[in-house]
Amino acid sequence: MKTPQDKIAVQLAAVGYVPDRDLATALWLMESLKRPLLLEGEAGVGKTEVARALSLAHNTKLIRLQCYEGLDQSAALYEWNYQRQLLAIKTREGDDSDAVEEQIFSEKYLLERPLLAAIRQPVAPVLLIDEVDRADEEFEAFLLELLSDFQVSIPELGTITATTIPMVILTSNGTRELSDALRRRCLFHYVDFPEVDREARIIQSRLPNIDATLALEIANMVAHMRKEELRKSPGVAETLDWAATLAGLNIHHLRDEPEAVFDTLMCLIKTTEDKSRMSREVVDRLVGKVA
Amino acid sequence: MSVSSLPLAKTMELGSGVRTKLSGFVRLLRDNGFIIGLSETRDALKIIGEGMAQRPSLLRPALKALFCSRQSDWTKFDELFDAYWLQRGMKSATRSSGAPQKAPVGIKALANGQRGESLNDNPDRVERGKGSDVTEVGQSKREGASRTELLSHTDFRHLTNPDDMIAAHALAERLSRSMRARLTRRMRARRSGQKIDLRRTIHKSIAHGGTPLELVLRKRKDKPLRLVVLLDASGSMSLYSALFLRFMHGVLENFREAEAFVFHTRLIHISPALREKNAQRAMERMSILAQGHGGGTRIGASLATFNRWHAKRCITSRTCVMIVSDGYDTGTPDALGVEMQALRRRCKRIAWLNPMIGWQDYAPEAVGMKAALPYIDLFAPAHNLQSLEALEPYLARI
Repeated sequence: MKTPQDKIAVQLAAVGYVPDRDLATALWLMESLKRPLLLEGEAGVGKTEVARALSLAHNTKLIRLQCYEGLDQSAALYEWNYQRQLLAIKTREGDDSDAVEEQIFSEKYLLERPLLAAIRQPVAPVLLIDEVDRADEEFEAFLLELLSDFQVSIPELGTITATTIPMVILTSNGTRELSDALRRRCLFHYVDFPEVDREARIIQSRLPNIDATLALEIANMVAHMRKEELRKSPGVAETLDWAATLAGLNIHHLRDEPEAVFDTLMCLIKTTEDKSRMSREVVDRLVGKVA
Repeated sequence: MSVSSLPLAKTMELGSGVRTKLSGFVRLLRDNGFIIGLSETRDALKIIGEGMAQRPSLLRPALKALFCSRQSDWTKFDELFDAYWLQRGMKSATRSSGAPQKAPVGIKALANGQRGESLNDNPDRVERGKGSDVTEVGQSKREGASRTELLSHTDFRHLTNPDDMIAAHALAERLSRSMRARLTRRMRARRSGQKIDLRRTIHKSIAHGGTPLELVLRKRKDKPLRLVVLLDASGSMSLYSALFLRFMHGVLENFREAEAFVFHTRLIHISPALREKNAQRAMERMSILAQGHGGGTRIGASLATFNRWHAKRCITSRTCVMIVSDGYDTGTPDALGVEMQALRRRCKRIAWLNPMIGWQDYAPEAVGMKAALPYIDLFAPAHNLQSLEALEPYLARI
């Protein structure tokens, strides 16, 4: 029997994202219960990638809202096109002011921002609200309202109801504690670094020409490095970079080319402190372990 | 807790049986700090109705995604699920909601204090130092403000009378409240960065034929100060930790963004427990956290835990970290120095409150204290409430 979760897992794998069972279930629930999904996890575990893969799998649009401190409704929801409004006022100078007002506050002068765009699509898109913890608490409260009603009221224009309910994915890096209300409203999935075999499969799905044994060795090596208490653990994207580099250098086993392994390690290491920690000896020891 | 012994597949057909069992599970999760509303329970029933309940392997991830809302829930869930649905490891799963009879006294007594009860059973109470100032405290000479004044001068060590203790607690709470209030006022006066609100300006300009005569301005919002308090709850600090815990409670109630930690041999995040509105449950949660309270201190290791796991979430560039400790460290001073340096890089200010400074002829001789000193912005006494009050203008400048 093929469960709906399995179907989603297969769809995602086809577009290059290999989910674990928990994530596949969470995505299925997100679609069937129409609830937003909150993804938490360390930087680089592929939270944003989930949304991208989901939109590819469903062959729909990905609308992304990057949150930052001070993000407000005019940047997230809608804004009037002031330049055009001013022009219109000037050209119709002397006309009836009610008529002018009606004209400049019509749809034509409205600039859609990601949130408004997301609820006005003909086909339900994937709405990615990235790093929601960076936005202010007030914005979070507003988001909560939007995510439960899926309608927006614009004072000058009236209420706009969603034509389709988007699939909403929120990501958080944990720089700020999110409100309980938002957490309760969302499904939750904690994204961890993938296990070795899953990471190997991710490498293979992204770099189809790579050697299966090399992919496994790379995944193993990266898994060991993540245990080394580095300041910045290598993420999945870094793993892929490194795998592409090694494959490009025609390396088949890490053990055969310790020089090249050490030299290309900068794909994975991002701070000087980590660089000094991953000395030649440490790297050789790790290579010895995995190969 | 009643757990029906029906196998999972059978409960499917029962309807009300499923409901009861699920609501029992929801109750268990809520007891363990999960935030679950009615709509979540309703959705859970929907999931079960769709045939997910035949196999626990299908039900588990579904309920996990639905009921969890933070990482700590995520790690706890599997154990609780197994305990409830598969009846494995019951003991460990129900412990946190059970009655804490055997819990050590330390923080439990403090939680008692939170509810305004007497602290008579607190073993940390010491009768020494019965000098002239103490007898004055015991017999209140005048009423009202003057009495408060008297209290605020008394070293916390000498506060042994339960009534005085409660009064001191109230003072601490009031203090943290006034600190918060003054902070916001000052911020507002200074931050006068203004921008034009285009939308409202244009709207108003219609009446003037498009000429923006009336400018609508937008003021920048106040940025509240964030405060992280790390309290040393080791044996050497036991005379002070009760009061500071109360202070932290006041801080958490009044600062919009504040976090509280207690450390002795390890670091414990106590904000959720202190924020618990239900006093009984707050006490239970505190007593669970209390294990190890009153023993030795490993400040360096505790700070390392903080830097590794909590700093990213708790600390922004507007954060003031307040460490309350006497600096007696059983770990190595080097480790403490390294961690203090790491902490220094992240936050705005570090204030170290040391109750011992209030003692006469005190010099920071403790090795740990010496290692930490170079990274501290403010090294201040905290042996009485007055010294805490003296801190306020400093915090306001941040």
